[in-house]
Amino acid sequence: MLLSLALALSVQDVPANAGPVGDPVTGELPVDPYQQDNANAGARPFKGDKMAKAFGGKDGIKRITDNLVVGITSDPRIEEIFKGQDIVRLRRTLFEQFCYILNAGCNYTGRDMRSAHKNLGTQMADLNALVEILQNVMDQENIAFTLQNRFLAKLAPMKDDVVDR
Amino acid sequence: MKRTFHLLSVTMAAMITSIAPSAAAEELRQGGKLLLTNGIASVEGSTGGGLASWSLIAGNETRDGIGGSVHATVAEFKDYRLDTEGLAVGFFNRVELSYARQALNTKAIGQALGLGYGYKLNQDIYGAKLRVAGDAVYGDPLMPQIAVGIQHKRNLDSQVTDAVGAAESEGTDFYVSATKLFLSHSILIGATARYTKANQGGLLGFGGDKNNDYGVQFEGSLGYQLSRKLVIGGEYRTKPDNLSIAREDDWYDFFAAYAINRNLTLAAAYVDLGSIATSAEQRGGLISLRASF
Repeated sequence: MLLSLALALSVQDVPANAGPVGDPVTGELPVDPYQQDNANAGARPFKGDKMAKAFGGKDGIKRITDNLVVGITSDPRIEEIFKGQDIVRLRRTLFEQFCYILNAGCNYTGRDMRSAHKNLGTQMADLNALVEILQNVMDQENIAFTLQNRFLAKLAPMKDDVVDR
Repeated sequence: MKRTFHLLSVTMAAMITSIAPSAAAEELRQGGKLLLTNGIASVEGSTGGGLASWSLIAGNETRDGIGGSVHATVAEFKDYRLDTEGLAVGFFNRVELSYARQALNTKAIGQALGLGYGYKLNQDIYGAKLRVAGDAVYGDPLMPQIAVGIQHKRNLDSQVTDAVGAAESEGTDFYVSATKLFLSHSILIGATARYTKANQGGLLGFGGDKNNDYGVQFEGSLGYQLSRKLVIGGEYRTKPDNLSIAREDDWYDFFAAYAINRNLTLAAAYVDLGSIATSAEQRGGLISLRASF
């Protein structure tokens, strides 16, 4: 009992000294306050449920965003960008964003694209690499190429907000 | 025309030096373009489709690097064969400089004209293109990538261009081009206005007895993206008609462009050039291979 108390205290001590404290359940780190709004997703959602169905609903979209996060954090071209970033938060907000845009029944609670990508130092080649990884992930889910492009058409206008220079 | 060409080189050099410092401060980054977004080599060596010019810039580079390409194209027609080889350099996905050598093999026509069987008409084409606005894939979905370009053409067979009645053996084309991939429909649309007096692209010289004035011609492209690696489509290109001895027709093609990998793009097309130097119905096949880095 004493031991576990001591352990619990020491665990709590570490983050306090090392930096911000993560969420006790998810480990997600806090960010500066901002106004939550679906408009932060950077694109209007599709109408109807055709796209949501094609992407396998929430479950399919979750697989896509999880695999996308695995892909972008392990691709030698762009993995460096995500070192030191809150991957737990990225995994959650990316899912919310895709789910919201695909009209699969989610709200997007993350920051707007410009704030979320500020100071990441991303270049055009990084964005193109991400697009290629996303295309691979969508291929894995057997999503028709025309529907992949329809979805990418929602993301493409965000270029100026997600590329730094 | 020599002066135009000199002016062109000076202008292009100035453009490159003006954009280079911003990128030179950072480390140059090689590659990074999406597949097929560097197009293929047009018949004049600039980036385009097969017959039409596009506003895309050669090379695999993005705005953060320098890239380039080399290409070879073979087109076989009923009475002619057109071989083109060339190279292009892309600076920061902004400026493209290109050179191409065209050789029109006249096969039996050459013999009939007393030039000898398989006599080749040669032309050098020096091109420069500047992307002035927009992005073919990203940004505003209705805003195309727009480029302005210039092609200085030097026909090396002035005795032939004189014989057919052309006014000059050298000429310069000016064009403005808009290209956009409409992702939501997987459709690529290209439109180019070319200010020119070239006969058969310059292979039969520039201007003629019938007309010796510059005029605006149109080049249109429509493509459908079947996959990341494959685009099929068609192109149409209007032409001047300056020579009284040889009617000139519009050109069109149906093409497929396939990205074998990041460095190699293969294009094949069915091409109809119409009548060339009095020989009608010049239809045939075109194969083009371009290596990009």
